[in-house]
Amino acid sequence: MRKLYMSLSVFVLLALALAACGGAAPAGGNTVTVKETVVVTVEVPAASAVVAPSGYGETLKAVQARGHLVCGANAQVPGFGYVDSNGNYAGIDVDYCRALAAAVFGDATKVEFRPVTAAERFTALQSGEIDVLSRNTTWSLVRDTELGGNFTATTFYDGQGMMVPVASGMTTLKDLEGGTVCVQTGTTTELNLADVMAAEGVSYTPAVFEDADATFAAYSEGRCDAVTTDKSGLISRRSVLADPAAHIIMDVTMSKEPLGPMVRHGDDQWFDIAQWTVFTLFAGEEFGLTSANVDSKRDSATAPEIRRMLGLEGDLGLKLGLSNDFAYNIIKQVGNYAEIYDRNLGPNTPTYIPRGFNKQYTDGGLLFAPPFR
Amino acid sequence: MQYEQKRETAIPFWRDERILRVLGQVVFVALVVFVATLIYQNMKAGLARQGISLSYAFLKNLSGFDIAETAFPYSRNSAYWQAFLIGLLNTLLVSVVGIIFSTILGVILGVARLSTNFIINRLASFYLEIIRNLSLLVFLIFWYLGVFLKLPRVKEATPWLGDIILTNRGVGIPWGIPTASFPTFRLILFLGLLFALVVFFALREYGKRTGRAPLTLVWSFLAFLLVALIGWFVLPERPIVADLAFVKGLNLSGGKILSPEFMALTSGLVLYTAAFIGEVVRAGIQSVSKGQIEASRALGLNSFQTLRLVVFPQALRVIIPPLTSQYLNLVKNSSLAIAVGYPDVFYVSNTIQNQTGRAVEMISLVMFTYLVLSLATSALMNWYNQRIKLAER
Repeated sequence: MRKLYMSLSVFVLLALALAACGGAAPAGGNTVTVKETVVVTVEVPAASAVVAPSGYGETLKAVQARGHLVCGANAQVPGFGYVDSNGNYAGIDVDYCRALAAAVFGDATKVEFRPVTAAERFTALQSGEIDVLSRNTTWSLVRDTELGGNFTATTFYDGQGMMVPVASGMTTLKDLEGGTVCVQTGTTTELNLADVMAAEGVSYTPAVFEDADATFAAYSEGRCDAVTTDKSGLISRRSVLADPAAHIIMDVTMSKEPLGPMVRHGDDQWFDIAQWTVFTLFAGEEFGLTSANVDSKRDSATAPEIRRMLGLEGDLGLKLGLSNDFAYNIIKQVGNYAEIYDRNLGPNTPTYIPRGFNKQYTDGGLLFAPPFR
Repeated sequence: MQYEQKRETAIPFWRDERILRVLGQVVFVALVVFVATLIYQNMKAGLARQGISLSYAFLKNLSGFDIAETAFPYSRNSAYWQAFLIGLLNTLLVSVVGIIFSTILGVILGVARLSTNFIINRLASFYLEIIRNLSLLVFLIFWYLGVFLKLPRVKEATPWLGDIILTNRGVGIPWGIPTASFPTFRLILFLGLLFALVVFFALREYGKRTGRAPLTLVWSFLAFLLVALIGWFVLPERPIVADLAFVKGLNLSGGKILSPEFMALTSGLVLYTAAFIGEVVRAGIQSVSKGQIEASRALGLNSFQTLRLVVFPQALRVIIPPLTSQYLNLVKNSSLAIAVGYPDVFYVSNTIQNQTGRAVEMISLVMFTYLVLSLATSALMNWYNQRIKLAER
């Protein structure tokens, strides 16, 4: 009986001591509080340090061990990355991720799309939450260096534009004097807007929002006189406004916006894989290989470069650490660049954007795949 | 006796209460330090592997983005720390405005809830029950998208209730412009404040000496008002002229323009927090026992005096601690500004973080800021609580 009493009192004492410590921490113990601050701060990098190896070859190993690719995508921009009415991800950025999965696993469905906002995308990539960021992201120097990423190649050449209601009668940036412009936070768009307006000497008020939906909701409510983002984004968002014909995109280009997929610093092998996946899409179009004809073309291919690309000759795929038929899998399962483009941004889609710069170099565009050799 | 003493010394240390007490504390602190160190090391290793080093030097760099609502001149040529400061000032503005209005509305609600008038009583409890059970984020978005963005467009705007212009670009209210005589007027206001203080202390002394309780605050305020009014009419030129808001071009101009983001955030926070404060006030008033009220009536105090001299001072002691936590909630909840696009400190930090990639630095800075804000608020309220606390003997 006494024993029981003793152990009970010890237990109570310990509990009291703990409670005393716990209670004292916020009031008096400043140092303890600061430590708690640190705890929460480090959560993301700390967790990622375990799951996100970033040295040479480690990303591919981690992806293969996991069994699927994790792709940071957009869920709000039709034509580039969005969730369609059936709940499936669609868009050219999304299809790129499918192509990458086809290259790695030979199966374009082995990809998990993780929607990231403009503001959190680089942190998500740095911390290893996603393997590749394919989310209409503009290639810039700071992002290539300080933000810890590497752009692989440009998959869409874009420029920043400004959309206004037709009824406003505005045609140039000067007309926006004293007006309000809706823009999304954490984008190059936000910085370009400040740059261009300062250069033009136009005084304006920014109305800045956290995501694309909020930005365009505010614009359609008339909170702003104009809304700015990449022209492709304007076209695609206009298609889902209540009355698309009531809005016009000004004939001004405020910046160069090369968009493309981005990978983490530190793993050159993964960078090569991500980059040559883009080039495979370009070359597929250049060589006339489509998902429909790639089987017959493979059987009849005589041109050495096509044979090397499809893995019939040499060991290009093995050099990347993939199977030798990675390019065949990409073309067969996802299609070439033109197929992806037409599927998402072609004339038969609500988000039609003329190809402009996004044509093969042979047609006067900027798409240019280095040789497969 | 001898036997008892012997037993006392024979207790092994692991059963000695005094030692165990100290040991418990030491073990706990050691555990906290160990875990914190572990996590910090892990973070440093993780960041080093990604080639990121912790530094706050980037705050001196050019920000390159514009902010809509700025307390001091700011442009894209300003530094990141200036952007951060603007966010901080905006947070303080929302917090102070929010605390003032939610307290006023909360007290009214709390008293209304106890009203014997059936309609007032029911209306107040209906409001409290509805609002307290909503999610604040949903509530804020409702105020933004559902109310302030649904106001008339600038071109259709008409002055309302005197000279207030309601549009979905902002609410324009009349505001004062200081004229040449304003510096003199400011001096007069300062004198009025001094005079009010003199009145305040004189009345308090009088109250202590005679045992009567004069309406100290009311008289002090009237004294201040008197001086201010004399100054207003004596000066050859009015110190402040009214500046009305009007529509100019694409936006409102003149007066004071309150943006829809600011309006949505403050009205949402005020209406939400006031519901909680109303309950706190009601609980405080009900905590004063009925005997106190009966006793004061027996002493011959009328109902107003009973409320002012007996019920309120005692209720305040119960009200202040939970009220403090409501104030803290309001300050912290103001970070939901990001949902309605109001540039508060969290919002601006998010932008900076995203443009620089300095996530760890910016988040630690924001957390430190909120910690300081909360500790300052709670220190102020604790100080007040100490003052009004019942002096126990």
